[in-house]
Amino acid sequence: MLSPIASLSLSTLIEKLQSAELRSVDLTTAFMDSIADHDARLGAFVHLDRDVALQQAADVDAKRDAGESQGPLAGIPVAVKDVLCMKGQPATCASRMLKGFVPPYDATVIAKLKQAGAVVIGRTNMDEFAMGSSGENSAFHPTRNPWDTERIPGGSSSGSAVAVAARMAPLSLGSDTGGSIRQPAGLCGIVGMKPTYGRVSRYGLIAYASSLDQVGPFATDVTGAALLLEAIAGHDPLDSTSVNKPVPEYSKTVDHPLAGLKIGVPVEHFAEGLAPDVEKAVRAALEVYKSLGAELKEVHLPHSKYAVATYYLIATSEASSNLARYDGVHYGHRAEKFDSLGEMYEASRGEGFGDEVKRRIMLGVFALSAGYADKYYTKALQVRRLIRGDFDSAFREVDVIAGPVTPTAAFKLGEKTSDPLSMYLSDIYTISANLAGLPGMSIPCGFTAEGLPIGLQLQAAPFEEERLFRAARMYERETDWHTRLPPMAH
Amino acid sequence: MSYDVIIGLEVHVQLQTQTKIFCGCSTMFNPDHPNVQTCPVCLGLPGALPVLNGHGFRLAVKTALGLNCQIAPYTKWDRKQYFYPDLPKGYQISQFDLPFSHDGHVDVEIAADAKSGKAASSRRVRILRAHMEEDAGKNMHDESGHGRDSKVDLNRAGTPLVEIVTEPDLRSSEEARRFLEELKLLLTYLDVSDCNMQEGSLRCDANVNLHVHQPDGSKVATPIVEVKNLNSFRFTEQAIEHEIARQWKWFQETGIKLGDKGGYKSTRGYNPDRGETYILREKEEAADYRYFPDPDLVPVLMSESQVAEIRREMPEAPALRRTRFESEYQLTGYDAAVIIDQGREFADYFEGVVKSCKDGKQAANWITQDVLREIKQREQTIAEFAVRPEVLGALLDRINQKQITIKSAREVFGELLSESDEQSAAPSVSRIDEIVAAKGLGIVEDAGAIDAAIAAVLGRSAKAIADFRGGNEKAIGALIGQVMKAVKGADPQTVKEKIIAAMSQL
Ligand SMILES: [Zn+2]
Repeated sequence: MLSPIASLSLSTLIEKLQSAELRSVDLTTAFMDSIADHDARLGAFVHLDRDVALQQAADVDAKRDAGESQGPLAGIPVAVKDVLCMKGQPATCASRMLKGFVPPYDATVIAKLKQAGAVVIGRTNMDEFAMGSSGENSAFHPTRNPWDTERIPGGSSSGSAVAVAARMAPLSLGSDTGGSIRQPAGLCGIVGMKPTYGRVSRYGLIAYASSLDQVGPFATDVTGAALLLEAIAGHDPLDSTSVNKPVPEYSKTVDHPLAGLKIGVPVEHFAEGLAPDVEKAVRAALEVYKSLGAELKEVHLPHSKYAVATYYLIATSEASSNLARYDGVHYGHRAEKFDSLGEMYEASRGEGFGDEVKRRIMLGVFALSAGYADKYYTKALQVRRLIRGDFDSAFREVDVIAGPVTPTAAFKLGEKTSDPLSMYLSDIYTISANLAGLPGMSIPCGFTAEGLPIGLQLQAAPFEEERLFRAARMYERETDWHTRLPPMAH
Repeated sequence: MSYDVIIGLEVHVQLQTQTKIFCGCSTMFNPDHPNVQTCPVCLGLPGALPVLNGHGFRLAVKTALGLNCQIAPYTKWDRKQYFYPDLPKGYQISQFDLPFSHDGHVDVEIAADAKSGKAASSRRVRILRAHMEEDAGKNMHDESGHGRDSKVDLNRAGTPLVEIVTEPDLRSSEEARRFLEELKLLLTYLDVSDCNMQEGSLRCDANVNLHVHQPDGSKVATPIVEVKNLNSFRFTEQAIEHEIARQWKWFQETGIKLGDKGGYKSTRGYNPDRGETYILREKEEAADYRYFPDPDLVPVLMSESQVAEIRREMPEAPALRRTRFESEYQLTGYDAAVIIDQGREFADYFEGVVKSCKDGKQAANWITQDVLREIKQREQTIAEFAVRPEVLGALLDRINQKQITIKSAREVFGELLSESDEQSAAPSVSRIDEIVAAKGLGIVEDAGAIDAAIAAVLGRSAKAIADFRGGNEKAIGALIGQVMKAVKGADPQTVKEKIIAAMSQL
């Protein structure tokens, strides 16, 4: 049974905390209780530290009692994906390889969360090293979809999506390399955003594919996502790829509708493979925009058919390099038995990594090998520029691009585990935003006949997050999909 | 049959920065306290990201400009991937296809050798490229023989390096050593590296092979050998010598050429105790480092005006300064080289002395002999030497002004030094005049006194006068000596002239 507090919107929670009607300790306790009630079935969390969370909450309450100034998220619990380093808390990326690893430093986004007064409530499950689209690749346990626990919640930020969807946390952070925020947000019926590459610091985000990874927010509504992004975005001198641009106050403008909004509808995202009920819900959402005065325009993304192939060359190439540091020498898993340095490497990595991680490392090593790099890695970089070019042309015509997040609603656990290629295709609509470095978000836009959530994806030109939030909120005001609760949370 | 020796060098130079290339950790040489100069970045912890040290990059550009290299307007960072315990990320951040600089040269002068009768020569060594990279840590293996754990010290990991790659333009081990000496001189002049080889600030790999002359006039190449990790100039010279002899013997025995079966490029180490190279890797398998651009770093753009600005900050390169010393101060090539080769501070000292005494030759004589001798004896650097350039210049100026003799000046110089040794304070210019006055070393201008002394000496030196007239020019020395003894502080040149004049009138 869901506590009444846990089902309130983020704005309401903030108001109640600010007016001292609600104390952070009570709020945090309510969400902790919700976790205790549901997480045994859902498997969204891999690490909880109740004492640390309640201490953070008590500190916020004490500051408020003393009349001290408070950050914008003061007292709000936030769950974080197990891919972000936090001083003194384990960070495992849901891998045996990093079991027991405790980083001695805070990721920049964690430092910013603390500055904003947020209470880090727990660390969420994920596909190992963020490689996966179903949450099943966790070395610890799979995460289940709260709308149907026989189904996957999406991935790789499976736990962060489920934590918010099942109201075990009002907000959470995920990371998105090819759709890892937007896809599970869509499959779990919540809001998720991948910001522009460079908008949010990657310092302390354990890398999967450095040129694609971005940290982003999950929330139950658009305003919550805007507030959380506002708190974590901005230039970071510790990340050379973070961009030095001022961060707009998204939460202040989110309720301002966009006049004369031009929405691009990519022909390629409504092609073969798209499930009819998903298409129906997305087209209905487009009609809502039309009724609000938006203009719909067909756009073409001709190179999008190469996006999945391009992604799996670039992401795996970078991953093969990023994951080389897990060699059993300095930290992480080291095999017990070996007779030489070579054997120590082989056994430690062989035991520490799961199958999907090994598959991607091998693919990446191959794509970068002498004699193959030109054919694969370098070629993929060229296609990546063409994909970006497609978007640049499209955004000369339209303000946002709208379409489905995924080809189908959530599938069953185990349904695609033996067929990696079909699993990879579940990211077909989300991957190009990472390749092009664009912001994209997923908002709830309906349900299948079986009662599974369907997501609407909105994408914009680089650094146009403000426009995305406003466009998303226009739709959200007209609909109530985001207010529905999964059956197990009733 | 004869052969040409073909040598190319790869030199790793540690840049003199306070902090590492991609993080804020100290670069201090600190082998007694392992792993204290580390942070998430240079430990390669999950999630940590590199940020380029801009100062280090400028030092690298200075280095390349000193090597007469072109500076690339666009350069990027690549990952060189291999597994090794001293490499915490599993890759080294380096530069692959777009190094920040390329196509330079260093001119090396090789002195004449009296023993072999070889004339002086010079060699232009082309620089193929110079690129920047991070250093690895240091593995420390248990040498007790008890098979205890190996350990890794990451204090050095992330220290900025420039790797300088020459074309195979060197033709002897001596040229290779001279190249390294000239390189070290250049880098210390530019203040970009301390080139301390004991601390590993300068390390060298040498690629060596022979081009053997055939009876028909053609040449065949012996397999190329890379001798790794030479950590002194002497070892580099010795290792190359050994390699030349070894390859020549091997070629005569087997006739195996580069590219033949068994004629692969190989890698060897050098054992200085045995004076021999030894095999490290028999067959140089083309190691696949799977280089690719580091997505955590952004490319560096260098405009012409930024390069010009760095060029303006650079001190005069030693080769140019050597030539200028010869023309501006009329120094011999030898003296100019002795002064320049002592390093920038020493050359600055020389120019400080010249500024005060306006006599380059006089200054060079004193500095290459007296000063050099004294600092060597005291095991001092020129910066620590008590007699500062303006004081030595003032002393030399007094010789030129005929206020004191060279002999007296040496006495004053010795006195200044022994006083400073006692008081450990640098003497001032005024101390010169006090010593001259106290010791009565001033040149006596009193012609009457000198004339009287000459008359007296000549009066009792009939034999010496006869000897001198009989053609024994040395005989006059004794006469000068007697006059000088009688008139302290007399200028020996004046005395000599007066004696000759007086004798002609006898
Ligand atoms: Zn460091």
